Amino acid sequence: MSVIKRVVIEPVTRVEGHGKVTILLDEAGKVVQARLHVVEFRGFERFIQGRLFWEVPVLVQRLCGICPVSHHLAAAKAMDRIVGGEDLTPTAEKIRRLMHYGQMYQSHALHFFHLASPDLLFGFDADPAIRNVIGVAGKYPELAVQAVMMRKYGQEIIKITAGKKIHGTGAIPGGMNKNLSLAERDVLLKDVDQQMTWAKSAVKIARDYTTAHLKELLPFGSFESNHLSLVRADGAMDLYHGNLRAVDAQGKSIFDQIDYQKYVDFIAEDVRDWSYMKFPFIKKLGPETGWYRVGPLARLNTADFIDTPAAESARKEFRAVTGGKTNNVTMAYHWARMVELLHSMEKIQALLNDKDLQGQDLVVKGQRREEGVGVIEAPRGTLFHHYRVDRNDQVVMGNLIVSTTHNNEPMNRAVTKVAQDHLSGVEITEGLLNRIEVAIRAYDPCLSCATHALGQMALDVSVVDPEGKVLAEKSRG
Amino acid sequence: MNHVGSRILVYGYGNPGRGDDGLGPALVAALEPLAAAGLTCESDYQLAIEDAATLAEYDVVVFVDADMSGPAPFWFDRVEPSRELGFSSHSATPGQVVGLAREMFGAQVKAYALGIRGYRFGELGDSLSEQASANLALALTFAQRAVREQHFEQYTRQFGVDSGRGRACDPQPAEA
Repeated sequence: MSVIKRVVIEPVTRVEGHGKVTILLDEAGKVVQARLHVVEFRGFERFIQGRLFWEVPVLVQRLCGICPVSHHLAAAKAMDRIVGGEDLTPTAEKIRRLMHYGQMYQSHALHFFHLASPDLLFGFDADPAIRNVIGVAGKYPELAVQAVMMRKYGQEIIKITAGKKIHGTGAIPGGMNKNLSLAERDVLLKDVDQQMTWAKSAVKIARDYTTAHLKELLPFGSFESNHLSLVRADGAMDLYHGNLRAVDAQGKSIFDQIDYQKYVDFIAEDVRDWSYMKFPFIKKLGPETGWYRVGPLARLNTADFIDTPAAESARKEFRAVTGGKTNNVTMAYHWARMVELLHSMEKIQALLNDKDLQGQDLVVKGQRREEGVGVIEAPRGTLFHHYRVDRNDQVVMGNLIVSTTHNNEPMNRAVTKVAQDHLSGVEITEGLLNRIEVAIRAYDPCLSCATHALGQMALDVSVVDPEGKVLAEKSRG
Repeated sequence: MNHVGSRILVYGYGNPGRGDDGLGPALVAALEPLAAAGLTCESDYQLAIEDAATLAEYDVVVFVDADMSGPAPFWFDRVEPSRELGFSSHSATPGQVVGLAREMFGAQVKAYALGIRGYRFGELGDSLSEQASANLALALTFAQRAVREQHFEQYTRQFGVDSGRGRACDPQPAEA
């Protein structure tokens, strides 16, 4: 039996919460596997049992301070089913969409400019002291201010539509509890033209970077995979609602237009003894080949078109790089993310000029059910909320599959690929560390959810043998 | 230096659904009804880069957060602008936000942090631990007097991390 050495990197910088990377080497020093250990939130099932169902869209926001709006809306969609109110009024659906596009816009802007752009603008090997957002602010001040104002704009949309920054209450089972007043609309309309200009500029930055560095990026952490997302009935990208579509690495359909109420018939979750996080897969393909990617890259691979003109034009440019075929390049996530950012801004602009947002018909109810599934395309990918409710209106079962869980296998494969290409011996060089971070960052994972008290964050790197003996250590920060 | 008359922002951050991580928003929620002229209270799940633009509108900012390992019941110290690498994509440290506010918006805001010792983090839960609640009460007493009297530099000498580490802080601010 060969000796396996382990290289441990803990936690991964600039991704949410705590992650640890373990690289397994054989006795010849060759990488056999890399494992990304994620400290996933626990206790949700116990926490949610016994809660009254109409409280759930507010309660689930405490799962994550990074994407509370996504949890809020996915839970609300599930509870729409419980009250028989899934056919929302035009006003309610459009305000929810406005909230969701605001979340998508601010999250994508923050990720690209704060997290990814330092790597792209300064290069993977640049000194960490400048390869960060403050370095960007120093060298590209206009870009840095733009990023801040884009994020602030998206947050303002959320605050207005959800009612407040923390634990917003906007979405309720069967609809919304408020519309958008003319005064609120005018506050948001004031800056929309500037935001549109910046959104178009962001796509250009991502496109130009990717096409200029294509030779380097094509193999970086890349591999063929299946892709999954919601799509509209006509095949268009739809970030708020639709049916499930999965395609393989060549773009061939695995399944299409599946009602997500029946997701358990199509998707299962594998368990591995070294990870707290599960590994979802497409049932008919099995765990070995049925794993898939979600998020911006997957959405651009599954959708037939985008229904807003500027983003559709950007999508065509994106697809042209791979000759119209499925794009399996990990670093293409960034470009795809900016196409979605532009799509979100086009949707925001259209919605703000839609008089339905000032409508008064906000809630519908129908036949009561005891089970409901809500699915939404969150910034990081497809998010499932599934609940059962008893006759006393109390939740008796809750199950979530979050975007980062869907991307569990792909992230492990990306890290493995980078380690195989860049690890030499057992030394964790700055270059290797940076590249592992870059590969994981492409997925924008939410590794844990927003418990972040003072003093918690640090970067420690360890090399340990199979018995756990530390062979080398390295710290950053 | 006495800052009376300044535009003051008290910014509590943390996740109220994660046990003692919610100490910052809890203090702000208690302080807000008592807010006086010139005082603004804000809270959010975490600090983020757009807060740099907000900071530029104030003379003084006091960040309030839970502390996992500092002195109990609380400490109060100056925040220096930071240029260090951020460790999280969607959150930032007080020093980073202050640094960005200066770098991008020319902000001259004086920044301080109020760290309240917490004990139970990471689990989904509605309430603060008993010890954290007791610390919050003392921190609130301090914060009420601090924003009224505004001798912030003086408080850093009395309640700073270095001066206070490992021993309980006296919640009574120093006299002017």
